[in-house]
Amino acid sequence: MAVEVKIPPMGESITGGLLAAWLVKSGDAVRKGQALFSYETDKVTSEGTAEVDGKITIAVEAGTEVLVNQVVATIEAGAAGNAPSAPAAAAPAAAKTASTAPAPAPKAAPVAAKSGAAAEVSPAVRRLSAETGLDPAGVEGSGKAGRVTKGDMLAALAGQTPIRAVAPAAATPSSATAPSAPAAPVSIPSRDGRTTRKRMSPLRRKIAERLVQAKTETAMLTTFNEVNMAPVMELRKRHGEEFLKKYGVKLGFMSFFVKAAVQAMKEVPAINAQLDGEDIVENNFFDIGVAVGTDKGLMVPVVRDCDQLNFAGIEKAIGDFGKRARDGKIQLPELQGGVFTISNGGIYGSMLSTPILNHPQAAIMGLHNIVERPVAENGQVVIRPIMYLALSYDHRIIDGKEAVTFLVKVRQFIEDPQRLLFGV
Amino acid sequence: MSQFDLVVIGSGPGGYVAAIKAAQLGLKVALVEKDNSLGGTCLNVGCIPSKALLHSTEVYQEALHGKKHGLVGAEKLTFDVSAMLANKDKVVAQLNMGVGALLKKRNVEIVRGLGRLVKSGQVLVRSTAGDRTLETKNILIATGSVPIELPFMKFDGETVISSDHGISLKSVPEKMVVVGAGAIGLELGSVWARLGSQVTVVEMLPSIGGPSYDADVAKAAQSAFEKQGIKFEMGAKVTGVKKSPAGSALTAERDGKTLEFPADKVLVAVGRKANTSGLGAQEAGLKLDERGRIVIDAHFQTNLPGIYAIGDVVAGPMLAHKAEEEGVAVAENLAGKHGHVNYAIIPGVIYTDPEVACVGLSEAEAKAKNIEVAIGKFQLAGNGRAIASDCTSGFVKVIACAKTDKLLGVQMVAKGASEMIAAACAHMEYGGSAEDVARTCFAHPTVSESFKEAAMAVSKSSIHSL
Repeated sequence: MAVEVKIPPMGESITGGLLAAWLVKSGDAVRKGQALFSYETDKVTSEGTAEVDGKITIAVEAGTEVLVNQVVATIEAGAAGNAPSAPAAAAPAAAKTASTAPAPAPKAAPVAAKSGAAAEVSPAVRRLSAETGLDPAGVEGSGKAGRVTKGDMLAALAGQTPIRAVAPAAATPSSATAPSAPAAPVSIPSRDGRTTRKRMSPLRRKIAERLVQAKTETAMLTTFNEVNMAPVMELRKRHGEEFLKKYGVKLGFMSFFVKAAVQAMKEVPAINAQLDGEDIVENNFFDIGVAVGTDKGLMVPVVRDCDQLNFAGIEKAIGDFGKRARDGKIQLPELQGGVFTISNGGIYGSMLSTPILNHPQAAIMGLHNIVERPVAENGQVVIRPIMYLALSYDHRIIDGKEAVTFLVKVRQFIEDPQRLLFGV
Repeated sequence: MSQFDLVVIGSGPGGYVAAIKAAQLGLKVALVEKDNSLGGTCLNVGCIPSKALLHSTEVYQEALHGKKHGLVGAEKLTFDVSAMLANKDKVVAQLNMGVGALLKKRNVEIVRGLGRLVKSGQVLVRSTAGDRTLETKNILIATGSVPIELPFMKFDGETVISSDHGISLKSVPEKMVVVGAGAIGLELGSVWARLGSQVTVVEMLPSIGGPSYDADVAKAAQSAFEKQGIKFEMGAKVTGVKKSPAGSALTAERDGKTLEFPADKVLVAVGRKANTSGLGAQEAGLKLDERGRIVIDAHFQTNLPGIYAIGDVVAGPMLAHKAEEEGVAVAENLAGKHGHVNYAIIPGVIYTDPEVACVGLSEAEAKAKNIEVAIGKFQLAGNGRAIASDCTSGFVKVIACAKTDKLLGVQMVAKGASEMIAAACAHMEYGGSAEDVARTCFAHPTVSESFKEAAMAVSKSSIHSL
């Protein structure tokens, strides 16, 4: 019969503490009354003991913050366990004597991954943070030892005090899901109802920061070209059904543009470079970001090694990103490390635009909507499905000639995809 | 080569706390005390004895009215003043010893005698046993205060008495007039009123308790005391004491009219003044202000190098806990640390029944500073514990900033206000808002919940009021 091992209640005011150390190992045989773990609260260090004989299985690691009555292990009553080896330094000081050691400030305590709601925040600040999405960590605190008070929050919400760009919850290590804006910021109408005010979400703040950075730190220009989409459309018509059947994913335009861009980058390597301080770093890989719009903002997940993926691989990757972006399940690493970005404003109806660089990348290509236009071909006026292409580039490291040539090549590869096949 | 790092003159709450703190921080300390017992005014003739008397008489009063609680023959209960005084003396003696033990534990040398400044670095201690000069790096003056004497009616220890006498009267005066409706006058007046004395309190200002209390708070307190039989004559200026074979009477003046209040005892409790007598202040060149208080800077330093002063002998509220805070701060400074006293959050208490307490700004003070306030009030009559414990007199008032909700001040008339005010101080120390108090869990049933409800009332969200 499994008996739960719980954190014992210690007194009215104690709700939890730190499970400091296990005195036994998972699988050990334990006896009734045996000390199992040491547990520190801000008033006293104490031990948890076994209530029955049996074999213990530890459920919560040492060094974890725990609550009173939380189950931290189970003992299979009566089961034979391993003979306990020398128990981990069983601090005798951890005896039940009330050693009023000052509270070890829970260092590296798993501060709530929820943005802002740190345990140390006052109740009113907590409530405001939950309601408005404003992270107290970004607010200047005027309380004791810099604590953020309710007044500080109110002032920040009213825009009277600046809010520090907090490394968004997305910046916390691996497991953080970027972007995690758990509470949608609340819109606060002004007294006369003529305006409403809503705090920027951490994602939007970050995007804004980077957009401004792109504009102020780079010499950004845009060059344009147009491309006849008929050949691609014809290929899609011809092979689309079989493609879908074989790969389970539609043959879209994107894979063509990705492949075209990769090839063009190989021929104009300046496009696949970055400025790092005073060094120009040329990349020998082709991780290409494909912009996806979500209702929380634009996201650019990166398809890795596009030179090594076939059309199906690219379409699959893009399709997966699209779905996960809409579900808010893109992980932060997936947004990082791209060398080039393709953004399609055409799906929203954009005819022509000047995309903004996805810093620190040197170039970004913008796709637009396909419009049947009258064009001259061999002296004749014909109707072709035309897409305008835009390439914004950082003129500090990409010359006009390189940028124009890149775009011309993309056009060539799109208008004659066989070139991709033959590498010409 | 100094004998000591610090010599403290005066063993009241400022002095002995400073001595202990300094010793804790590693300084070599001597504490000079001229009286036979340690602990200064507070321990010997002030805070402590008055609280002992207040408790004894409160017990008597509660018992007297104990019929409804099942006490049989309660109304016939009598009182033995000498036993009460003996108990008070015992309490004081116990604490005298306690302070001594604390000092001894920290190796603070206690030097008996009257301490006198010679020059920076030297204190001369004179006693019947002889003179002794203490060489020290620093000197801390904590010589406290003495009751203010009205020049036209000096203390005679018989008819005109100070609080020093008021805590040791051998019998219950038939008629007692208290001059001054501050904490001391109200407390001692209460003690003797509870024992049957006809007490009249004569006060120059229009409301009791002093300027820190709002009118509504002072009024509620006064009302409660009046129900206990104490009479109040407000706005009356005392002019003297008339002594005649028929008895004595206090004379006063109000709106041009002369008033007379017959009294066996006239307790003058109009305040206290800084005490520097015997210190040799003038000869040493110590700078005093127009009220005789030692002038200090933000670090408690006087005009003489290496000489510091704290407590009642310097400016500020004449409260034992203020002296204690300053004692700790000056000791920390002397030990090279950063002592600090938050003068904005020093509570004041009147230990009557119900108690009266305040911290921070009153509503009137906040308004005078042009701060827009939001007020929350909660009557104790709505509190379950107060009802169960027969202490429904009073209310709690929370004064918050209307814009930021920050707690600016709290005032209360309530049994246990002296303990309750600590919660207010704690919240205010952290820049807490009324909402923070409202969202803090208070045990039920406690009178303290009235503070929580008053905080809720700031945003009109009190649950337990109509």
